Amino acid sequence: MKYSDEFRDKIIAQGLARAIDAEVSSQRAYRFMEFCGGHTHAISRYGLEDLLPANVRMIHGPGCPVCVLPASRIDMAIRLIDRPEVTLCVYGDLMRAPGSQGQSLLRAKALGADIRMVYSTLEAIRLAEQMPGREVVFFAIGFETTTPPTANMIRIAESKRMEGLSVFCNHVLTPSAMHSILENPKIRNTGGVPIDGFIGPAHVSTIIGTQPYEPLAEQFEKPIVVAGFEPLDVLQAILMLVRQVNQHRYEVENQYSRAVTREGNRRAKGEVSQVFELRDQFEWRGLGLVPNSGLKLKRSYAKFDAETRFAIHDMPVADNPACECCAILRGAKRPVDCKLFGNICTPETAIGACMVSSEGACAAYWTYGRVRDERVRQRS
Amino acid sequence: MSVKAYPRKLDVKNGRVELSHGSGGRAMAQLISDLFHQAFGNEWLARCNDQSAFDVSAGRMVMTTDGYVVTPLFFPGGNIGSLAVHGTINDVAMSGARPLYLSASFIIEEGFRFSDLRTIADSMGAAARGAGVYIIAGDTKVVERGKADGLFISVAGIGLVADGLDLSADKVRVGDRVLVSGSLGDHGVAIMSKRQNVAFQTEIVSDSAALHNLVAVMIAAGGGGIRVMRDPTRGGLAAALNEIAHQSDLGFHLQESTIPVKPAVAATCELLGLEPIHVANEGKLVAIVAPDSADAVLAAMKAHPLATDAADIGEAVADDHKFVQMTTGFGGRRVVDWLWGEQLPRIC
Repeated sequence: MKYSDEFRDKIIAQGLARAIDAEVSSQRAYRFMEFCGGHTHAISRYGLEDLLPANVRMIHGPGCPVCVLPASRIDMAIRLIDRPEVTLCVYGDLMRAPGSQGQSLLRAKALGADIRMVYSTLEAIRLAEQMPGREVVFFAIGFETTTPPTANMIRIAESKRMEGLSVFCNHVLTPSAMHSILENPKIRNTGGVPIDGFIGPAHVSTIIGTQPYEPLAEQFEKPIVVAGFEPLDVLQAILMLVRQVNQHRYEVENQYSRAVTREGNRRAKGEVSQVFELRDQFEWRGLGLVPNSGLKLKRSYAKFDAETRFAIHDMPVADNPACECCAILRGAKRPVDCKLFGNICTPETAIGACMVSSEGACAAYWTYGRVRDERVRQRS
Repeated sequence: MSVKAYPRKLDVKNGRVELSHGSGGRAMAQLISDLFHQAFGNEWLARCNDQSAFDVSAGRMVMTTDGYVVTPLFFPGGNIGSLAVHGTINDVAMSGARPLYLSASFIIEEGFRFSDLRTIADSMGAAARGAGVYIIAGDTKVVERGKADGLFISVAGIGLVADGLDLSADKVRVGDRVLVSGSLGDHGVAIMSKRQNVAFQTEIVSDSAALHNLVAVMIAAGGGGIRVMRDPTRGGLAAALNEIAHQSDLGFHLQESTIPVKPAVAATCELLGLEPIHVANEGKLVAIVAPDSADAVLAAMKAHPLATDAADIGEAVADDHKFVQMTTGFGGRRVVDWLWGEQLPRIC
């Protein structure tokens, strides 16, 4: 397949693997977090961990928006579709995301709620146009990459004077979450976050650029390499991180230079800042309340804000106390260290953030990585 | 003077199915005789009994049943009718049996176009004739608008197994080869390309086809070396191999680079976040074959028009966990699991 096979070349991969192997020091461990679920997927899908030296370990981060969406937000959506006039438009992988008490959108749909799976914001606009009189709500979710289309959709709704379309906004921000991972006091007290560097998400940086990571790299003295999602991108990013660690550098580097600049996409950023503003805090499954990590609609767009329009409020739901997502998302524990993993928490019965979507750390491990771990063998 | 059975002809061009067409009266009788009997025409249906009687030779028979609820009803390379016939024939054929007879039940939504129903019934008749099997029993029900998604078809099939042939997953042994009959994912991608909310342009057509002649050729070439066969429909190759792994208490190890996938299917899967090994097929089979027979079976497959792209993609391995694993094109190794749930609803 043109434009993808070039980034999946086995010979080049072996060359990169040899370079990593030659440059790592046997005297230390290298623990790198790939923040984004897209990278986790690539690492699992192509078996990249098999190509890395034993002392290079990848830690799967929280960069999967469905995974980190807390149960309380699913509960809110379910309260929303209890209203007979509401049609809810969602991306497919949200359907299984667990709310409290075993609720999910999939179950709500089976009970008769009008939930439509869509592939883009434009479909929600089309549905709203086709169903005058219905309240069509778009379940907006995602990091900085998916925020501009939502902003654009609201501006289209405004210009077309659409009365029946609104947005349930769950957009979250990458740098704030990275900050929260590095600063968590619970983890810090137990010897610090065991992460030596980050692979930053490519698509997020096509919007925000690489600049927003610079304060993080400097404050926490961690190298960050923004990388593409193809397997060669990931291997090259790991090599760049190894070199930074060896040279005691902690800079923001751009591996994905074919699409990312330091400044990012000014027009998209402008569109977003026109429509959205920061929430004081937003709850993340696995990370808890993270300051300045979520977006909401500005007051001038309140009529498109489903939370205001239907007066639904967040009622926090506590995470399962045995769930180790908080530590797994920070690299302090591995999926098999969690008592729930593979017992009551499986992809079919997800409890923690890391199991919810196929890009979560535990789900990726369950689907692709189990076979490598003798501990799972012993357990079963 | 001859009396017409029905005073007015069935208006196939403009008419639609009404509740009366399923209520056991004259309207239903007309629908059956003018539409279904014409499409399926054979001596058994012509007798118009509540059942059909047929002679069988002594030996082992197989029976299967399958419901077809595909959306959309018409897709590149076929429609729900041809799919129902091919799919049921393939379920019979995977036992090594020669398919003989089918039955077909139709649950039709009120308001369904006669013209569409005729196209579908004609496709079923053509598919059955092409495969040398007969649809010898049927049923028609009409439900109110909104109670069915246009048309559901349920098909049962029976076939005859040759003496001494007993294909079964528990016969798989370590070292057996995994053969597939051609490129994976064509049917699922053809269906997805016509879904209302993901419609896209592609030259891919469904691989829907009856595989019993291919199976016969393979059995002739492989002797007793063929352990088990499956047609990887819903859940794709991954589901079929995981099933066999569980039934045989073994694992499988595949080589990703040897698995045939058309570039357009690979590109579509990339776009939609799917993997071709999870996507449905309707004209492909996977066979687990003893190593001594694998080359002969593979050569026979490649010589058959439905399996020119057949490939040896891996082997059975000892594994207490019954994992299906794959060495990726990149050199790493991964688990190939079943799908967790239905990724896209109702592909077959």
